[in-house]
Amino acid sequence: MASISIRKLGVNYGPVKVLEDLDLEVETGEFIVLLGPSGCGKSTLLNCIAGLLDINAGQILIKDRNVTWLEPKDRGIGMVFQSYALYPQMTVRGNLSFGIRNAGLPKEEVDRRVARTAKLLHIEELLERKPAALSGGQRQRVAIGRALVRDVDVFLFDEPLSNLDAKLRAELRVEIKRLHDKLESNTMVYVTHDQIEALTLADRIAVMRSGLIQQLADPHTIYHRPKNLYVASFIGSPGMNFIKGRLGDGAVPSFMIAGAGTVDLKAYSAEEGGGLASHAGEEALLGLRPEHVILGGEPADGLAEVGKGVIDIIEPMGSDSLVWVNLGDEISVSSRQEGDTSLRKGQEVTVRGNIANASVFGDDESQRRL
Amino acid sequence: MAEGALAGFAPGPLGPRPKRPFAPKTIMLYGVLVVAALYYLMPLYVMVATSLKGMPEIRLGNIFAPPLEITFAPWVKAWDSACTGLYCEGLKVGFWNSVKILVPGVIISIAIASVSGYALSYWRFRGSEVFFTILLFGAFIPYQVLIYPIVILLRELGMFGSLPGITLVHTIFGMPILTLLFRNYFASIPVELFKAARVDGAAFWGIFLKIMVPMSLPIFVVATIIQVTGIWNDFLFGVIYAGTKNFPMTVQLNNIVNSTQGVKEYNVNMAATILTGLVPLVVYFVSGKLFVRGMAAGAVKG
Ligand SMILES: Nc1ncnc2c1ncn2[C@@H]1O[C@H](COP(=O)(O)OP(=O)(O)O)[C@@H](O)[C@H]1O
Ligand SMILES: [Mg+2]
Repeated sequence: MASISIRKLGVNYGPVKVLEDLDLEVETGEFIVLLGPSGCGKSTLLNCIAGLLDINAGQILIKDRNVTWLEPKDRGIGMVFQSYALYPQMTVRGNLSFGIRNAGLPKEEVDRRVARTAKLLHIEELLERKPAALSGGQRQRVAIGRALVRDVDVFLFDEPLSNLDAKLRAELRVEIKRLHDKLESNTMVYVTHDQIEALTLADRIAVMRSGLIQQLADPHTIYHRPKNLYVASFIGSPGMNFIKGRLGDGAVPSFMIAGAGTVDLKAYSAEEGGGLASHAGEEALLGLRPEHVILGGEPADGLAEVGKGVIDIIEPMGSDSLVWVNLGDEISVSSRQEGDTSLRKGQEVTVRGNIANASVFGDDESQRRL
Repeated sequence: MAEGALAGFAPGPLGPRPKRPFAPKTIMLYGVLVVAALYYLMPLYVMVATSLKGMPEIRLGNIFAPPLEITFAPWVKAWDSACTGLYCEGLKVGFWNSVKILVPGVIISIAIASVSGYALSYWRFRGSEVFFTILLFGAFIPYQVLIYPIVILLRELGMFGSLPGITLVHTIFGMPILTLLFRNYFASIPVELFKAARVDGAAFWGIFLKIMVPMSLPIFVVATIIQVTGIWNDFLFGVIYAGTKNFPMTVQLNNIVNSTQGVKEYNVNMAATILTGLVPLVVYFVSGKLFVRGMAAGAVKG
């Protein structure tokens, strides 16, 4: 059963169309992440689901009920905001209970639910404090509690961790994931611009760009088989390497790097079902994630030689090092190596690519995966 | 030994920079401030000193001399029995009139303006921008232009020369600046708070009364200060619209000071003037910093 179903949604601010013809189906119990750069319309979409923004076209269904014109409180949703949005003059208890008191629940039920939520989020000892006396992490916990206490099963998160420092963010990320596992049949729609959050939390990720969903898929697919260059470059840190060139028109699929060698694409073609042939001779981009760029060693199955080059820079990153190799004029690729790599700057190495895991994109307007 | 304490430091500057209490900049600054303060305190001193003297002492002519024999009789007379033309009931009548104009004027204008400001910043309706522009425009229309039309308006409403009439006038004239003040304040509250409250099932009045008002105490204080000082100090509207029976304290003060019968009792006049200025003065001392904000906001109001 679809938990949230968005059909042909359109939103304009005056003449500016922010969302147009957007469709999205979220299954019950699913954790969906809307991922995209700032200003692409993620919050707008979330506000539409919440009923905080009037839409200009389309329909929104929550649990098979048409909620398009319903007030936020009647939609059966809970929402968590980036800036916490706690009511400053109320205690934590007041914040948690504001919604259910407005709904007219009897006092015992209010107390019971507040106690249960506080226990779940480990904020019992904070109940009588005002938000000003809480740390950022505690505030966001209370904000999450305010959504949970409503006893709904659709939760909307708008960049809930963006205001926290890196360590707390990682902690709360795990906690949100745990919460999702613990609560039964709850659907979460989570907005973020942080691809790590998206990859770690999501059942499915919707990568957005200027109001359009570019790709909607599970994190593995998004990471390994990005639908276009935009998705490929948005996901992954350190980012994917892109090498310009042209697809060979021989019998064996190959990729000719401008001003350097030729790469054998047999393994990629086998993986992707041989769609490359129809694009023979066209301009294209070869995308290789740093962990799929192998330096030195012996030729092996699935590895194709990309070229020879000189190590330019080594960036140590703790557990890993990122090694940049100059393959020729203006072509530089990065490779993920051990943190204590024995490679040295200036060394000459052979660069090989794990081609089965590569991506090839057309170098046209759509920059689609080929 | 000194060597030991300073081991590991290079010679020269170490720790906090020493303060120089008599730097030229400091002397200049305090010099200007002291001169300005004296300049403004001088008239006040003259007023207080004169109001505490008897008439014989005043006739000696030295206005800066401190009172030799302190007497509170002028204060009592100013409050209780100074004459304004025909009546000799002192300022107290005017004081109570001012209070009767002030209290409803302040409460009604702030109540309406705060709700308008809230609606304008959160519940945009069709034409709300136009409405706001017109309201802003109202803040810059010179009063003089409106005096006669309002006389007609009040006459038609049957409120000319009455307490409700003058209250209505103060409410109308306070509206542009107060609405602007509230709208800007509410606009500075994160909109997510408003969204959260809507998800929590609060509606127009619920959000206003339970979320916005408790968060906006400072701006309510500022608005109160603007209105209290504005309405209390008003002379023009009082003399035109309030009617003889309801003349506010400022008008009554004028009538006492400018009354042509008998000798000029400078001590009584001074006491009466101080008494009239007392309310804004008390507001100033009680509210401190917020008063400055109120005045800065009120400065827009020509
Ligand atoms: N109230 C508004 N009026 C006009 N344009 C807006 C308004 N809110 C958002 N926008 C525009 O809509 C686009 C999407 O905004 P938003 O959904 O907030 O993006 P995101 O959350 O992905 O950063 C942006 O280009 C933004 O400038
Ligand atoms: Mg946003």
